[in-house]
Amino acid sequence: MTTTENRPIVPAFDDVDTDRKLAIICSKGTLDMAYPGLVLANAALGEGVETHLFFTFWGFDMINKATMADLKFTMLGNTATHMPQGLGGLPGMTALATHRMKKSIADVGVPEVPEFLQQIVDSGGHLWACRMSADMQDLHEEDLYDEVEGIISASDFIDLTQGAQLLFI
Amino acid sequence: MPTTTISDRTVHVDDEGFLTDPAEWDEPLATALAEQIGLHLTEEHWEAIHFLRQDHAQRGETATLRRISVVGGIPTKSLFRLFPQKPAKKLAYVAGLPKPHGCV
Repeated sequence: MTTTENRPIVPAFDDVDTDRKLAIICSKGTLDMAYPGLVLANAALGEGVETHLFFTFWGFDMINKATMADLKFTMLGNTATHMPQGLGGLPGMTALATHRMKKSIADVGVPEVPEFLQQIVDSGGHLWACRMSADMQDLHEEDLYDEVEGIISASDFIDLTQGAQLLFI
Repeated sequence: MPTTTISDRTVHVDDEGFLTDPAEWDEPLATALAEQIGLHLTEEHWEAIHFLRQDHAQRGETATLRRISVVGGIPTKSLFRLFPQKPAKKLAYVAGLPKPHGCV
């Protein structure tokens, strides 16, 4: 049925809840677990949501200059690959699985981790590093991706993201 | 499918107000659509709009912000400055195209 409205139908862009905030804690350092946080952060920013990412424990690999471009995916311990687990332990299997996954990600037009972080920052996202993880690994600001705004304590992050919705990955 | 009248032109739209027939769009309509969402179009806006139209004509789907920056050469930061808060959707709306479906 065709209906004609008197007032123009216009998308409700201005209904953006400007107070909405999202905090994402990235605690994993594998290639497959790096992406969910990045994709969601990117999506939230595109919807006008203030977004903060906090990198902690193994998630530090995502912002450590030495590792961020070299995250890996392994079949070991991951039954979702539906392959025999013994296969995953064979030499070269992690490299092969990583290569395949990187290709699948690139095929759908999604950037590698460093470039994705840059896109998030360019979209207005905030990157924070965990103080305890930095101390444990003896890493300093110069070791981390340049766009990381600071190394802060867990309490600082909680303070900073007051009222935010939170995702732990 | 509803129709709506923008600047004395009747166009077909979806429930949210995005045009459903790209052929009903032209530049004066884009200016009118932009006004509806509080945007005044500059050269920079037009560059993005033209890329989106041309890319949609070729691929049959609306480019994501990622594609606009990588293929269209318009930096992400500029897109957020030109179409604040929800750049992908605002740009698609002004360009008379459906919202992008891609995640990134």
